[in-house]
Amino acid sequence: MDIRELIKPKINPSIPQISPGDTVKVSLKILEGDKERIQRFQGMLIRVKKGVDGGSFTVRRVTYGIGVERTFSFQSPLIQSVEVLRRGKVRRAKLYYMRGLSAKQARPKERREKVTERAVQQEAAEAS
Amino acid sequence: MLTAIIGKKIGMTRIVLENGEMVGVTAIEAGPCFVTQVKDMDKDGYQAVQLGFGQAKRLNASQKGHLKDINEVRHLHEFRDVDVMSVKRGDKVDVGFLNPGDFVNVSGLSKGRGFAGVVKRYHFAGGPKTHGQSDRHRAPGSIGATTSPGRVLKGKRMAGRMGGKKTTVRNVRVVKVDADRGLLLVEGSAPGARNGLLIIKKVRK
Repeated sequence: MDIRELIKPKINPSIPQISPGDTVKVSLKILEGDKERIQRFQGMLIRVKKGVDGGSFTVRRVTYGIGVERTFSFQSPLIQSVEVLRRGKVRRAKLYYMRGLSAKQARPKERREKVTERAVQQEAAEAS
Repeated sequence: MLTAIIGKKIGMTRIVLENGEMVGVTAIEAGPCFVTQVKDMDKDGYQAVQLGFGQAKRLNASQKGHLKDINEVRHLHEFRDVDVMSVKRGDKVDVGFLNPGDFVNVSGLSKGRGFAGVVKRYHFAGGPKTHGQSDRHRAPGSIGATTSPGRVLKGKRMAGRMGGKKTTVRNVRVVKVDADRGLLLVEGSAPGARNGLLIIKKVRK
């Protein structure tokens, strides 16, 4: 028996198609006692992991000269939305080399002109 | 009601609970099991329930005789600390006796690690990596004093066979029970490799 067929991960539907190099803004529901608020985390997507649990993605940002990385599960019900602000053109799946770069070096990422998979799917849906 | 069952480890994953908590879980194919024998004081000198699990590939004549009129099970296991009176030979046992939030003990055969050194087997620190060391990186160090006592104390932790032994993880929380599919999710890890046999016993609370 394969666990992948028995227990399907419940992927949060509010997460769009994202890929490494994108600059994203993650809106996260934070529970403080009985109060609820939205926290936003904006940065560059440096890693998308796959796995039996649906996988996870890591966003890196630099604040006040200090690099901060947060990893989110694709299953997380706390994620309200993930906004793609910019599609970066990168040639690697895992952008760990960003950690070694200064802010200036890490900033100018070429824009990707390639149509994303999602756009292709939409076009196909409209055509049919 | 019987509060024990035989299962097979399927693997691990991560799920979100209703309260939003995310937990790592082990999926177990638990049951269905069949009561293959009930041992009693008069005949056997002790009380126990023998359960069978899985589908046998082939059985020899004595096994066939033992399992006459019951499913041809692959694995047999005897449980002594259960409610012997509640079942009879041929009864079916499923995971229905467990509910989310219950606690169980999960036993199985741990992964065999072969002849392992003391660093892996007992978490010794090993020797220094630098400062002119050679061949001392994973060595156990001194194993005793000199003339007095003049021998190595019994039970001294040394390299040897590791794993491949019965291991029990106690007080494991049950996360999900699906009696129809025979699926059981418990929090955390369980002994052994995937497809390994597991014994699940409910903890009395």
